Amino acid sequence: MNPVARTVLQRLGLGLVTLFIVSIIIFSAIAMLPGDFAKATLGQSATPETVAAFQREIGIDRPPVERYFVWVAQMLHGDFGSSFASRTGYRRTVAEIIAPRLYNTMFLAAVTALIAVPLALGLGILAALYRNGWFDRLVNVATLTTISFPEFFVAYMLAYLVISRDTFIGSDFAQTLPHWLTVSLNWALNAVPKFPTLSNVNDQTPFWEHLWKVALPAITLTLVIVAHMMRMTRAAIINMLASPYIDMARLKGMSPIVIVLRHALPNAWAPIVTVVAFNLAYLIVGVVVVEVVFVYPGIGQLMVDAVKSRDVPVVQACALIFAATYILLNLLADVISIATNPRLLHPR
Amino acid sequence: MKSSGPGPREKGKDLLQIRNLHVEGFSDERWHPIVHGVDLTLKRGQVLGLIGESGAGKSTIGLAAMGYAKPGCRITQGSVLFDGIDLLAVNEKGRRRLRGSRIAYVAQSAAASFNPAHRLLEQTVETAVAHGIAGREEANRSAVDLYRRLQLPEPETIGFRYPHQVSGGQLQRAMTAMAMACRPDLIIFDEPTTALDVTTQVEVLASIRNIVEEFSTAAIYVTHDLAVVAQMADRIMVLRHGRTVEEADTRQMLASPSQEYTKTLWAVRKLAKPEVPADDYLLTIDNVTAAYAGKVKVLQDVSIKVPRGRTVAVVGESGSGKSTLARVVTGLLPPISGSISFAGRLLSTGLKTRPKEVLRRIQMIYQMPDNALNPRQTVEEVIARPLEFYLGLKGARRDRRIGELMHMVEMSEDFLERLPGELSGGQKQRVCIARALAADPELIICDEITSALDQIVQEEILKLLIRLQRELGMSYIFITHDIATVRAIADEIVVMHRGKVVEQGLKSEVLTPPHAAYTERLLSSVPEMNPDWLTRLLASRKI
Repeated sequence: MNPVARTVLQRLGLGLVTLFIVSIIIFSAIAMLPGDFAKATLGQSATPETVAAFQREIGIDRPPVERYFVWVAQMLHGDFGSSFASRTGYRRTVAEIIAPRLYNTMFLAAVTALIAVPLALGLGILAALYRNGWFDRLVNVATLTTISFPEFFVAYMLAYLVISRDTFIGSDFAQTLPHWLTVSLNWALNAVPKFPTLSNVNDQTPFWEHLWKVALPAITLTLVIVAHMMRMTRAAIINMLASPYIDMARLKGMSPIVIVLRHALPNAWAPIVTVVAFNLAYLIVGVVVVEVVFVYPGIGQLMVDAVKSRDVPVVQACALIFAATYILLNLLADVISIATNPRLLHPR
Repeated sequence: MKSSGPGPREKGKDLLQIRNLHVEGFSDERWHPIVHGVDLTLKRGQVLGLIGESGAGKSTIGLAAMGYAKPGCRITQGSVLFDGIDLLAVNEKGRRRLRGSRIAYVAQSAAASFNPAHRLLEQTVETAVAHGIAGREEANRSAVDLYRRLQLPEPETIGFRYPHQVSGGQLQRAMTAMAMACRPDLIIFDEPTTALDVTTQVEVLASIRNIVEEFSTAAIYVTHDLAVVAQMADRIMVLRHGRTVEEADTRQMLASPSQEYTKTLWAVRKLAKPEVPADDYLLTIDNVTAAYAGKVKVLQDVSIKVPRGRTVAVVGESGSGKSTLARVVTGLLPPISGSISFAGRLLSTGLKTRPKEVLRRIQMIYQMPDNALNPRQTVEEVIARPLEFYLGLKGARRDRRIGELMHMVEMSEDFLERLPGELSGGQKQRVCIARALAADPELIICDEITSALDQIVQEEILKLLIRLQRELGMSYIFITHDIATVRAIADEIVVMHRGKVVEQGLKSEVLTPPHAAYTERLLSSVPEMNPDWLTRLLASRKI
């Protein structure tokens, strides 16, 4: 068999094993959480009989091992189970609760990735090209600054900037500044597009409006993840620049840009895609803070809510989706690393 | 291929004039001079050999001829006049236009100097296409033609392979093709055959010489191997510590070098220990067959006897299985079949099942001391480890033994506190020898331990090993591809080829005719000082 196909299948198999182990960890961790859904819903005054009856209804009276296998078996049939919020005659499946939220999260992640990845790669390549020059330093300082602030702070600052567009000219602060400064600041602020500071969308929101509404969260997340990817791109390329074949390219009269793009970059993909995959995974599993700030109905918020109300099936499904995201993206990174290595792609 | 033969070269005007070249290198936080005011003149179509030990500045001068200084180096003074253009005065863009198209470079390690991400053909034509000298189609055709002239196998398709898919000798020829692609006026050859086996070296040297003559390209040929430069160069310049020692026509230089230093270079290859026949055998390897991961057999039915207190040199080109043999003896690679007995007892095949006492008695020294020494351990820690592990020495007894060992390898105890990074190549190898001696072994396996060293340092290490053997009486298995080293140190010789023993016996028997066919080929491939050697060899092989 082709060695690349074999490696990919191996990794895929390994990913499935990992997912299985993670599912056990998720299940046991949640089973160990203090408090239960029945008590949380029925309140402290509920009699033990009511609690027991309710527990039987939603199936949490069974032993954990049995519950785990029922859960896994259901999932293998594509059934993620029912939310504890279901009532007799009104079943709410986990899938239908999660699906729209997951779509929103994916949407935001995709928009952010489309901005952040090309931006990070471009800046990284330019920084490597002009390494130790003023451009390199500027980009490094700027990206380090944005990564150093907490996400919510960046989010609020951006929102504040958009709001200032309308409120600045009438504020007390504007009055204390010299007139020319006020005017020019106001002019600059007016150049900022009037992005919505609330990203409230639902399943009826049209595509373009949805896109418009996620502008601020997407910019916030971009500022958060770009530094890591950009610095890895820069470092990976600079690392390659010490190779003898780069010296050779210089001695063949190649220009610096050709050397970086044609001779260094193709050999630097492996470390870069690993970091890109890591950051893309973060866009799906780590965005709850940004979702809260912009009131965006994503999966992070859903999970936090579900934890609060002890809605175990939803929490489990979310956790499993997060794990699968990590595994899948890392698998993808591995595959790209292999595909960009001619030694593996074209064996002797 | 139809060669035009060594026709008369159109030698004429000066092509390259280097005047008063000064280069500095940055280390230990400051700039050190590497080249002090070298002058050099090269006529069109002429080949100049630059020769000297490592650190003589020969590669640096070669690169300076392209107006290039390696990262960490800078050209501080002088002029490099190439066809009337001062490469140090024009801007980077002007230099780029000349590089690759009119001055080309062939690097020492083709394996490292080809970009692993691109096919050979793409890299061969890159300069021609980028500088607009030829269209891609035309450049591709011309590259195939060059591959053919350089006698690469399957010239039509070899360009579509990636660098890792062809052998070292083929890569070196492909790199020469790459340098030739734009028909430059000048090519810098920077030790192009140093990393190759002697048998491969002959073919590459012949290819290079042919093509350089055919296009009457001028060349600077950098090497530390006198016999090689004698075949390739019209003139030879000897360098030492960044200064010119002397310069003369090749024949004159070989016949009557005028400087003392040059004479010592010429004399280096004469060390030869008299052989002593064996009386008692320490190690017997019996019909051993071994393979990596159950695949191709790297060793097939190998039987070797190592006499006590003597040296067995194992010779062969790369891929002949010599290093695998070492791994089998040390237990790193259990053989598929066959047996090894040591001092009268059968050795267990795997490393884990050997008692510590047996491990102690067989020690190994490696080719690259940089890889074999922990860069974070001082010399003292390196040597103390086997003393504690094998012999349980502690405190004052251990320290005294360390002192003795340092004395044995002719190093001052001042070095004990140093880290490997603060030692020279030869000193590092001495530390490795001391570490092996610390275990008080009966057999030391030396795997190409002098290959990475200069000739002068090589000789010192070989002399040290011979003296230690005389004093301590252990046996050596000395793995090498260098015949001069074999002559210097061996009592018995084992010639290996493709995993099999081709010939074995006393040094005098193996080195005097009649030889086995492969031994003959190997021995005849060792370059000789005579400038006509290559021409004669090629003529004799064609018949």
